[in-house]
Amino acid sequence: MSVLGILTSANLNGGQKLATKYFTVAIALFGAQVLFGLLAGIQYLNPDFLYGILDFSVNRMLHINAMVVWLLFGFIGSVYWLLEDESGAPVVGLGLGNLIFWVFTLAVVVVVLVFLLVQVGPGELKSIWLINEGREYIEAPRWADIGIVVCVLAFFFNVAATFAKGKFTGIGGVLVLDLIALAGLYLAGMWYTPNISMDQHWWWWVIHLWVEATWEVLVGCLMAYGLITTMGVRRRIVETWLYIEVALMFGSGILGLGHHYFWIGTPEYWFTIGGFFSALEPIPLVAMVVHAVFDAGHHKLKSTNHPALAWIIAQAFGNFFGAGVWGFMHTLPQINLYTHGTQWTASHGHLAFFGAYATMVIAFLYIALQKWRGGVYMSSNLAGAWKWKWAIFLLHAGLIAMVMGMLIAGYEQSQIERAIGGSDWVAYFAAQSHRWFMQGMFWRQIGGWVFASGFVLLAWDLMTIGKRETRPAVQNETAEAAA
Amino acid sequence: MAQEIWWASTSFWRKSAIWVTGFSFVVLIFLTFDTVKQITAGSPRVPAYSVINNRIDYVFDAKRNFQVPVIGPEEPLFGKKLTEEEAEALVSHGKLTTQAKNCMDCHTLLGNGAYYAPDLTKAWLDPSWGSKEVREQSMVEFLMDPSDKLHNSIGRRMPKLGITEEEAKATVAFLKWMSSIDTNGFPANFKPIDQADAPAPATAEPAAEVGAAPVQ
Ligand code: HEC
Ligand code: HEM
Ligand code: HEM
Ligand SMILES: [Fe+2]
Repeated sequence: MSVLGILTSANLNGGQKLATKYFTVAIALFGAQVLFGLLAGIQYLNPDFLYGILDFSVNRMLHINAMVVWLLFGFIGSVYWLLEDESGAPVVGLGLGNLIFWVFTLAVVVVVLVFLLVQVGPGELKSIWLINEGREYIEAPRWADIGIVVCVLAFFFNVAATFAKGKFTGIGGVLVLDLIALAGLYLAGMWYTPNISMDQHWWWWVIHLWVEATWEVLVGCLMAYGLITTMGVRRRIVETWLYIEVALMFGSGILGLGHHYFWIGTPEYWFTIGGFFSALEPIPLVAMVVHAVFDAGHHKLKSTNHPALAWIIAQAFGNFFGAGVWGFMHTLPQINLYTHGTQWTASHGHLAFFGAYATMVIAFLYIALQKWRGGVYMSSNLAGAWKWKWAIFLLHAGLIAMVMGMLIAGYEQSQIERAIGGSDWVAYFAAQSHRWFMQGMFWRQIGGWVFASGFVLLAWDLMTIGKRETRPAVQNETAEAAA
Repeated sequence: MAQEIWWASTSFWRKSAIWVTGFSFVVLIFLTFDTVKQITAGSPRVPAYSVINNRIDYVFDAKRNFQVPVIGPEEPLFGKKLTEEEAEALVSHGKLTTQAKNCMDCHTLLGNGAYYAPDLTKAWLDPSWGSKEVREQSMVEFLMDPSDKLHNSIGRRMPKLGITEEEAKATVAFLKWMSSIDTNGFPANFKPIDQADAPAPATAEPAAEVGAAPVQ
């Protein structure tokens, strides 16, 4: 093999070379997400900050779209990363895959520039085609939607054709079916209607059925591969768990969609269906924690890649707390009536997205870097290990401060604005100007700065980890990964 | 691998995953057909766009135990009664304006969106517009240039988004229409603007009308 510690694509297979491109863009967009999150957060404390230049709506749009795109890029990269290993065949249509990467990246750059410089358009269909669709998370204009669909189809072709040519493992089969659903759902968010109830009804098909069904199963596949790679867990065990998780996740998450149909004009039967099934959604998340922790314990935390394993464990817990606990706390209609659309929701959104998805992508970045540097040592006593340890600590400390700040603000808002005030304009500001709310926003901002420092350290660590190492990676004891 | 216990068997769980997913999805499809029918504009839950020709109120319903929209007597928006087609075109123009100006990255609509500014589900009924006589005009003026019309103590202003008068009127139509959607009592405990007809100068009120009843 090659020289240990040197970053060179000679260490990678074709799919992995492409993966590293996606990973690079992902981390840059993560940086953009943090930047615009900080700007939006400052505006809560000082509303005149960038008023009329980069209004809150612009910063927020860039913040959440950067998030969606960096996570998608991270997922696509991770799938390309494991594709040849898993299928045993070189990526089919790699040239197309590379071309699509550049098309996709260029489209993202154009969309970001338009969001930044044009921001809004006249109230006509052409604004929706060219500038901004004005629908949270999927603000990208229609031309970009179509571009995204084309790119995802090409990606899907690479994946499906490669598995078909090599072998369909259990992970491969679940992955391919899941990607069909994930791409298909996007179409539900691509049309215009004047009817806001209908609009939000289909919008939730995209958002909810992404994050609480298809993305969740996608990270289940990545987790399965991650456990096999970092600890040599037996494939049969991992794949059985994956099927259990799919059954529980889809069994609760598909009808759990109903927890968004309480108040948007949809019929009352969703109270029962949405409340019941979404209340079951934490079960698969508990299963995932049990699975990851059991495997880690069983292998006595011996791992070929400590930072990746740490992020995988963080994923299991983050997913459980962010989605399972924080989601459960406001999912019953009796509570959601008062928390719906408050800082409560934002608290849950942050903990869940970071805990379940950002963590998984970061774990894959570490898995990738290890091989990219020629299969370098990444276990205990790694040179410069303080960086990844401090990064994971600062990111989580910052996140928890933000989430708690928003949670307290959310409690206060549910009480003062909703329960007492009756949710009108005056009641809204009675809550926003309350001392407890302001303190929550202040601590959210402090948490944001801590988080940002963790991000800087993470980026630095990703550029340097394993650089001065000359030891080869520890081998997994159980080499039955291919069983 | 002989003699596997069922719950440790890979193929048992693979089959379960397929059946559970398939079953849930089929149930969702059936429910979706019904839901889409019930939220199509012109149904009892989501009124036709021409509802903007009438007074809309939000009144406690003892049977359902929450507030529901009540459609009152004729009260055309901007004094002009519209046909169903005209009303739909106007509301649609307003909806497009909300999308093109990205209102939902500051406000919530039906409780979805961003949390930097008040929920707009019942903005049409907000008591802060003063009286129902000045409401329409105040809303148009506010939307066209809110930058000098601060309404709160923390200095959080809505920016000027380049909304034309035509767009502002259409947006008001959209907001009025949205306030007629039956949202199962969200927002709770909302006290709508007084829409009772002024006693003295008003022309005679046609029929006794529930919508004007004050909320507890
Ligand atoms: C940059 C953030 C931002 C954007 C974008 C924005 N608003 Fe606002 N809006 C606000 C703020 C802040 C207030 C509260 C102003 C005050 O109290 O002085 C407000 C107040 C309002 C109100 C009065 C509140 C009430 O309860 O009735 C209405 C109506 C309104 N906006 C409609 C809109 C519409 C329609 C759009 C899109 C065309 C929009 N806003 C876009 C920030 C925004
Ligand atoms: C990793 C998985 C999850 C992610 C990333 C996630 C993320 C989010 C986000 C971002 C929102 C806000 C959407 C908006 O902008 O309007 C939201 C809303 C919501 N989520 Fe989750 N979520 C996850 C899982 C769950 C689970 C498992 C539950 C329930 C047990 C849940 C319950 C809810 C509820 C009830 C709302 C609506 C809040 C409101 O009414 O304002 N979520 N979720
Ligand atoms: C520097 C750190 C961050 C800061 C200061 C920050 C700040 C903010 C602010 C101010 C909002 C707008 C909330 C509102 O409408 O009132 C927001 C929304 C959001 N942010 Fe962040 N954020 C940060 C990091 C992150 C991270 C790491 C994630 C996830 C990976 C994330 C995910 C989200 C989501 C999903 C929303 C939409 C929430 C909803 O609609 O409920 N943010 N953020
Ligand atoms: Fe959901």
